[in-house]
Amino acid sequence: MRSDLEMIDEWIQPNLRVLDLACGPGELLHHLMNNKQITGYGLEIGPEDLNTCIEKGIPVLEQNIDEGLQNFEDHSFDLVLMTHALQQFRRPDLLIDEMLRIGKECIITFPNFGHWRSRLHLALKGRMPVSDFLPYNWYDTPNIHFFTFQDFERLCNEKGIKILRWAAVDGHLRDHWWIRTMPNMFSETAIFHITR
Amino acid sequence: MPDAIPVDSVGIVAPHIAQFETPLTLSCGQDLPAYQLVYETYGTLNSNASNAILICHALSGDHHAAGYHAMSDKKPGWWDSAIGPGKAIDTERFFVISLNNLGGCSGSTGPTSINPETGDIWGENFPIVTVQDWVESQARLADRLGIQTFAAIVGGSLGGMQVLEWSIRFPTRLKAAVIIASAPNLSTQNIAFNEVARQSIRRDPEFHDGRYLNKQSVPTNGLGLARMLGHITYLSDDAMGSKFGRQMRHDNYQYNYGIEFEVESYLRYQGEAFTKRFDANTYMLMTKALDYFDPAAETDGDLSAVLSRAQCEFLLVSFTTDWRFAPERSEEIVNALVKAGKHVSYAKIEAAEGHDAFLFPIPRYMTTLNSFLTRIGNRILKEAQ
Repeated sequence: MRSDLEMIDEWIQPNLRVLDLACGPGELLHHLMNNKQITGYGLEIGPEDLNTCIEKGIPVLEQNIDEGLQNFEDHSFDLVLMTHALQQFRRPDLLIDEMLRIGKECIITFPNFGHWRSRLHLALKGRMPVSDFLPYNWYDTPNIHFFTFQDFERLCNEKGIKILRWAAVDGHLRDHWWIRTMPNMFSETAIFHITR
Repeated sequence: MPDAIPVDSVGIVAPHIAQFETPLTLSCGQDLPAYQLVYETYGTLNSNASNAILICHALSGDHHAAGYHAMSDKKPGWWDSAIGPGKAIDTERFFVISLNNLGGCSGSTGPTSINPETGDIWGENFPIVTVQDWVESQARLADRLGIQTFAAIVGGSLGGMQVLEWSIRFPTRLKAAVIIASAPNLSTQNIAFNEVARQSIRRDPEFHDGRYLNKQSVPTNGLGLARMLGHITYLSDDAMGSKFGRQMRHDNYQYNYGIEFEVESYLRYQGEAFTKRFDANTYMLMTKALDYFDPAAETDGDLSAVLSRAQCEFLLVSFTTDWRFAPERSEEIVNALVKAGKHVSYAKIEAAEGHDAFLFPIPRYMTTLNSFLTRIGNRILKEAQ
């Protein structure tokens, strides 16, 4: 499992009803269904990912998140997840509102663009960073919003969203003291557990 | 006509007939004292009868879903593209049953049968049957074949409605429900289309109040017209456009009411061909079954409430250009199942063919179907161990 997924796993209680937005091939849901008796659904639009979920028996719905989530009722899920996808949607701020309407709590992970290597890349080379973690060029990237650990934190504050806990880790899921101290500078992946 | 039977075909098949003497009380209140159902099977039923898949047909379908009746057949069964060895509905793994529904005109008791009480052809007096009645009769056929629980029940369009009804009515008798290009009930527009179809049949002077067979006649104009109308609604604008465009029969306009555009010729042909194989009373009856279907009616329109009874896993499939049973209609079922907390997956397949897409072997559609059923098959094997 991807490192950020392992991290989240520790935070998730058993027997929850979970909605996983942009679930990809359903790794996390599969793990949670088998190990934590959670029930839930993934939302996805990639045909191959959809098929992988169906092969594995993970309930998956083909739905374009950018077209809205109105079909889900208020607080109809215990937890709404979105791992490494928020940066791909048209209006992350409105999407977070929707996620917190549907779920009692949300866990969101995203690549921290404030990582020192990104900064250095842009500062020294004067070009948008391309790394192992974000291996795209500016013109073909599905990531249409770049934001940092701090940006996200600030948005939560502005919206009055409670941050239940957060984690900031490097690419290998290491949780060093210096990452803890300066997550905006040293984390590659930011993980936020939020609620209203 | 096949020169040789393709390797992925179920080959030459023959229909069977099951006679039922126990009266069936229909939704309309009438009893059908005795009736017969014609059906075909493909593949082999395993020793614990756990690998059966029931296929439910749509408006104009019948029991002949796969294979050939004879080497001289021009075409295989109506869903041969999906049913066969190694195909999406794999007959090496599953025992597939396909029947002609009650009220049909392909061998099951219906308007063209003799009413034993009068000794006369039923005609329009054949009681109107509903999706619930079909499901009840299908369950009796399952009993007869020794099948307590289906691995899956699969159907498109009106067939999908039967699958939905199964999941509510007999929740323990199926492990999986596959509902394709269907809806939880008909839209007003759909009912309106059906009414035009029925009126075109009834207003044909050859209809004779439904007693046309006694008069050795057939309301070919009305039935053909109904089919032409239906056919337009099964195709997408794009599909018709790319097939015919404005192609003309002659080089110049003829300025008369003969065939000018190829699409006119196509529709006339489709309408006429249909009248040779289908009965007008059955057509009317099938459209009524569609109109009446509304499982949420008993829970005051709350579909998720009625679906809370279901215990099976669901797969729903829709097609992007289908406007007769648009994706939004499938999504109503999906949303109700999500609300009820049921195990459901949903695929919206990109397809140009409109409603008819459910009969085409569109690769992603076939893969989805196969992936879902393969896992159900594996689950059943595991449970048996």
